[in-house]
Amino acid sequence: MPDPRLAPAPGKSRMSARDASAEAIAGITQRPGRAVLTMLGTVLGVGAFVAVLGLTATSAGQISQQFSVLEQTTVTVQDNGPADDVAPPGVNPAIGFPADADAIADHVGGVTAAGVEWPVSLPTGATFTGSLALSAPSTQSTLLEAASPGAVTAMGLTMVSGAPITSYENDTAQHVALIGATTATELGISPARLADRPAVFVDGVAYTVVGVFSATARGGLSADSMIIPEKTALADFGNPEPGVGNQTEAVMLIATKVGAAKSVAAQIAAAELPTDPSRLVVTSPPSPQNLQSQVTGDLAGLFLVLAAISLLIGAVGIANTTLVAVLERTEEIGLRRALGARPRHIAAQFLSESTALGTLGGLLGTCIGVGVVVIFAATRDWTAILNPAYTLPSPLIGSIVGLLAGTYPALRAARTSPLAALRHF
Amino acid sequence: MTVLATRPPTRPPVIELRGLARTYPGPPPVAALRPTDLVIAAGEYVAVTGPSGSGKSTLLHLLGLLDWPTAGCYLLDGADTSRMRDAERCALRGSRIGFVFQSFHLLPYRTAVENVQLAQLYNQTSRSGRARAAIEALRSVGLGHRLDALPTRLSGGESQRVAIARALVNRPSLLLCDEPTGNLDSANAATIMSLLGELNQAGFTVVVITHDRGVAARAGRTVSIMDGRLSEGGQRAVDYA
Repeated sequence: MPDPRLAPAPGKSRMSARDASAEAIAGITQRPGRAVLTMLGTVLGVGAFVAVLGLTATSAGQISQQFSVLEQTTVTVQDNGPADDVAPPGVNPAIGFPADADAIADHVGGVTAAGVEWPVSLPTGATFTGSLALSAPSTQSTLLEAASPGAVTAMGLTMVSGAPITSYENDTAQHVALIGATTATELGISPARLADRPAVFVDGVAYTVVGVFSATARGGLSADSMIIPEKTALADFGNPEPGVGNQTEAVMLIATKVGAAKSVAAQIAAAELPTDPSRLVVTSPPSPQNLQSQVTGDLAGLFLVLAAISLLIGAVGIANTTLVAVLERTEEIGLRRALGARPRHIAAQFLSESTALGTLGGLLGTCIGVGVVVIFAATRDWTAILNPAYTLPSPLIGSIVGLLAGTYPALRAARTSPLAALRHF
Repeated sequence: MTVLATRPPTRPPVIELRGLARTYPGPPPVAALRPTDLVIAAGEYVAVTGPSGSGKSTLLHLLGLLDWPTAGCYLLDGADTSRMRDAERCALRGSRIGFVFQSFHLLPYRTAVENVQLAQLYNQTSRSGRARAAIEALRSVGLGHRLDALPTRLSGGESQRVAIARALVNRPSLLLCDEPTGNLDSANAATIMSLLGELNQAGFTVVVITHDRGVAARAGRTVSIMDGRLSEGGQRAVDYA
């Protein structure tokens, strides 16, 4: 039996943070079903937040990875021409690249394909006419490109039918052509009937279509163009005429092995033009990554708004449940006040409970979000990218939601009079 | 149940009321407790009796520091509580007053020993100290074998004994009991009354608020209250029991 000797005069009632946490956890575990339902909004909100950031980073990473593979294996060499770049009318300046430019480039370590190309200058009003169709449709919008076989390989054509230009066709200046799918449609040439040897007449000169392509990986040539061998172009139209219309200098397009672009770029100018390497300007294509991240950024913004809405719903859920709990536990509040609790202890207890609920919801949501990102990436054979700077503090979002949501109910609880709470004796 | 026969040393009265009064503002204003003088010495066993609406509960709330008086002062262990700030009154309530309620007020999800420990949550007792004291208090009320039982598994008498263990675990100066047998059958009521008697014998000052003649008869002194006025003697309690 404890004896009632006078204890030392008390100062103020105190409750340690550890006790407050223990009371909060006890409060939650006593009603597990309700706790789970209360957490649901926070779980969804934080889960959505983590998943959106993770999925955006993962897909952006994947896309930029694809872009970088191309970027890393493409080198473009521009013929900058002599000092007075613009030649007098009718006189085409010599192409800066040597005649055996493709073969020289092939000797540079790391080059998989290389060749020279340029847009062919045509007289104004030159028309392209298809040979097979009865109505012989014609167009003037087709871009005529001269390209060496190496350049055609480096372009990485996606062939619809037929085959790219061969070295033989180039060396013997054959009148053959590769046409883009759009041009084929415009000229009424069916890719399926190449065996019938259709031809495209350019201002009356026939070029037999040996292949139809739908896209290029490098060089940016679109499907409304027509490619003829380099030597055929030189024979039929002469050298390129920079400064006339939209004419540009010849360009060397080089496809390299992964990781070799840098060393190829460093060597190629001196290899091709040892007497005047500075005439050749080596460049890489502009990165499309910025545009990409802008697009994914807009999408991520939309999803983050949705995540914020779920968090708001989660907060309202916690606030509501905590308020109901305060009303239900009026008797407990009265008892605790009778046992020496100050209003702030009561507030701390309910605030700890709602914060703990929010934190638990945040933890669960983070786990689910990470899981979604990992599973999504795994099913597509992608690399999951989760930035620890965003992912690790995510449970704290839940804590903040719980803390804010619990504030009003906690204040209500603290204001509950012990008399009112214990009235039903 | 063993009770240590320890008598407290000489000390000021546990309760001293000087013109203590409580008027509820209304409208209309209700003088629930008219200016009252009362001295209860340490070790006394006092029953406060009165019919419903007589001011019993008002007196209980004032004695338990759950409410503020509108006039007068209340000295608990010689300290004037009416001059104290709320934080100090809370501390005093938690350490010097042990409440025993008619409806036990045990937390349903906590075991007996956890319910008793709740009384020490706010007074800086260490966790190990709390467990030790709670077990000791439960043993002293004869519930050493029911430490881990949930209130739902306890009988009414056992529940009230857990509540008494909770009330005395902090060695309070005053055991304030509000109709402690109101929810119990006669056998359990008798057990609880003899337990309160033993606690008083052990030196605890016990104030029981009741309208039960049998309960009041156990006390060494009876104070009756009617229309907010206190008077010594328990004769009038008979009329409304």
